[in-house]
Amino acid sequence: MRRSRQVTTIVCCVALSALLAGCVAGKKTKSDPTKNAKAKDVSLTINANDVVGGKNAAEANWINSFVIPGFQKMEKAKGINATVKFNGAGVDDEQYKTKLELNLKTGNGADVFAADGIWLGELASAGYVKPLDQVVGPSAATWDGWSQINKSVQQNLTYKDKLYGIPNGTDGRVIYFNKTLFGQAGLPAAWQPKSWADILSAGQALKRISGVNPIQINAGTPMGEATTAQGFLPLLAGTGKPLFDEATGKWQGASSGVKDVLNFYKQIYGAGLGDPKLQQDKAGRDESFANFSKGKIGILIEGDYFWRSIICPDKKTCNATAMANRNSVVGYAKIPAEKPGMGVKGQDFVSVSGGGGWMLNPGTKFPQQAWELMTYMVSAEAQNELAKAEIRISPRDDVNATTLANDPLLSYISKTILPITTYRPSDQNYNPVSVAIQQATADVVSGKSASTAANTYQSSLQKAVGDAHVETG
Amino acid sequence: MTLTSKPAEAEPTAAALPGAADVVQRARHDPDVAGLGRGRATVFVAPALVIVAVFLVFPAIWTLYLGLLDYSLTGATAQDPSFVGSQNYTDALSDPVFTKALYLTLLYVGFSAVIGQNILGFLLAWYFRTAPRAVRSTLNVLVLLAWILPGSVVAFLWQALLDRQNGSLNALLHTTGTAWTIDHPMAVIVIFNIWRGAAFSMLLYAAALNTVPTSHLEVARMAGARPWQQLRDIVLPTVRRHVLTNTLLITLWTFNDFTPYLLTGGGPDHRSETLPVYIYKTAILGGHLGYGSAISLLLLLANLVIAVFYIRLLRGGDDESALRKAERKARRAEAAVAS
Repeated sequence: MRRSRQVTTIVCCVALSALLAGCVAGKKTKSDPTKNAKAKDVSLTINANDVVGGKNAAEANWINSFVIPGFQKMEKAKGINATVKFNGAGVDDEQYKTKLELNLKTGNGADVFAADGIWLGELASAGYVKPLDQVVGPSAATWDGWSQINKSVQQNLTYKDKLYGIPNGTDGRVIYFNKTLFGQAGLPAAWQPKSWADILSAGQALKRISGVNPIQINAGTPMGEATTAQGFLPLLAGTGKPLFDEATGKWQGASSGVKDVLNFYKQIYGAGLGDPKLQQDKAGRDESFANFSKGKIGILIEGDYFWRSIICPDKKTCNATAMANRNSVVGYAKIPAEKPGMGVKGQDFVSVSGGGGWMLNPGTKFPQQAWELMTYMVSAEAQNELAKAEIRISPRDDVNATTLANDPLLSYISKTILPITTYRPSDQNYNPVSVAIQQATADVVSGKSASTAANTYQSSLQKAVGDAHVETG
Repeated sequence: MTLTSKPAEAEPTAAALPGAADVVQRARHDPDVAGLGRGRATVFVAPALVIVAVFLVFPAIWTLYLGLLDYSLTGATAQDPSFVGSQNYTDALSDPVFTKALYLTLLYVGFSAVIGQNILGFLLAWYFRTAPRAVRSTLNVLVLLAWILPGSVVAFLWQALLDRQNGSLNALLHTTGTAWTIDHPMAVIVIFNIWRGAAFSMLLYAAALNTVPTSHLEVARMAGARPWQQLRDIVLPTVRRHVLTNTLLITLWTFNDFTPYLLTGGGPDHRSETLPVYIYKTAILGGHLGYGSAISLLLLLANLVIAVFYIRLLRGGDDESALRKAERKARRAEAAVAS
């Protein structure tokens, strides 16, 4: 009796471990491009971090009222019954990303989804997404739209020389400033800082106006990637070396550039030129948007998303943060290097660009139809339609040629910023590195010294990517 | 024991009937007091055991297993997790953020549940037990509202209360610009949890206080005992077991409480990051599933330790041992008098 019970226990344990081991490893889905290619009833789902009446409302409206009916009509003409559903979200990008990954991990998720280019390394190495030629087959390469999409934009959705989706545009970061406040502070309306010192001295002038927070450069952990992309990286690009050296595969540790950037943060947030509490606030970025739109922030670094989706004059798109007088009150300028000529490639001015796109779920039941939907979304017709609601830098050159001229900032970005910009690495370790960067700025904002923060950053970096991949000094 | 005798003895009221002591006495010696037999007893217990196994035991073993892997939500280790043994556990124990989270959790549990909810709940129950019915009902509704509203709704209300620019609290105190959740994150979540959870303690204590025999209180009053003395010498000893049960429950709930995240997001700079929040941030947002599982298991162990501690207290404090203690005391007193 006792003996047999022991045997049963052991057998159970062994069976259980075998079962567990089988469950943990990622699902290896085989993609078959021809799957359901001739289906008459097709149902597809689109997922994006857009929501009607909230975040990226213009794109959500466009999907609901143009893409879905347009695509269904097009399929109907071919005798196919297509049902397309849009699952919108209006949350922080980090949360959207987590949800997306959990969905993909369990083999679910929308057929077509929006994703940021910097997530690609992680998604692809986890096997959550696959190159287009594997999922869609040869028709992916022959799409006529590719000729309209610039190589550098395609790069955002390229990982290890393979395309994983269709880009939905690119962007650029600039310095925004409030001309009314600048007038009160005796600063020029056509302001263009030439060094970090110029930003600080403008901040000093703005500080004299009561109730105004002079400078907002994103910092801290609650702002997530916005801290890295809108704050730390444009500044780091101004110190000469990029964060990640593609050639050696090394990340910048506590180098002099990193220390300079953290020191600049210290000069802003340690000296009353910025609001350190806003950086620690859970909803700090939204607060900063609201404050800027109310004329309570003098200088702010953001991407063109801020211009078109946050402070646009149209209340329907931009809700509470809409600025009816945006075009006359808000000025913009290039982000200067630490000192003239000190930027990457010896540049005087720098920027950071990114961009995401529409990716295809490798587990989709209808790879051909999903691909068709994606190409429809990035067709000239659809992109022109989107530009009616919100002008942005479209992935398509033919669309940009006609739409960008209608918006002063976006034509400024495409003419002046894109030629000097830098891109974030699409390495699978980018995310943990970005988190370490956010923590370093959080340390400075909460009162630690720049060198302490730099040292903590270096040790978290070593933990995240391994000593061999950290460049020191 | 024969089957025919079963119904009468299985009645819950049997204990109150004459001869109940007899049944209890028999139960001590005969494990099969209900007379079901092993087979039928197994059938009755099986559904519950299956549910416990599927939803509690299996996830615990699963967590233990995941904790031994270098396993993440994204990147190459999502596809091919590798076995790293106890490294996640040693990493966690040497991670200052983890130890800080553990410390903050203990503070949070200690101040908000063990002290805050317990005392506030008891005081509310004690002072309002003789209040007019209308007052008591109103109080009940108000306190219960805090408890039954969904956490997300409550968190939203508190955000409106504590908002830096337009918050009601700042408007009341004329302190516009004070960022309560950033300047005093721990105090905020402790007060929040006291406010939110006191209802349960209040209800439990209100019921417990009803079990205090009024005759005892009257005798005490006639003997000239002051309210404080009545509370100390009559009420508290009577409801002592209720206090322990209540404390056990609220301790465990608070230990695993995630609502602080909705208020402060664990910030600023990890200053209100209790263990559940730390696990969420590490495992879900950070994608470190293996490491997150390891910490989850440590949290589970902490829960077990707490549960065992309280159960020990409850057992050690049962009536029999109290009786024995009293007897010993009496004997010692006698001996003292004799000498």
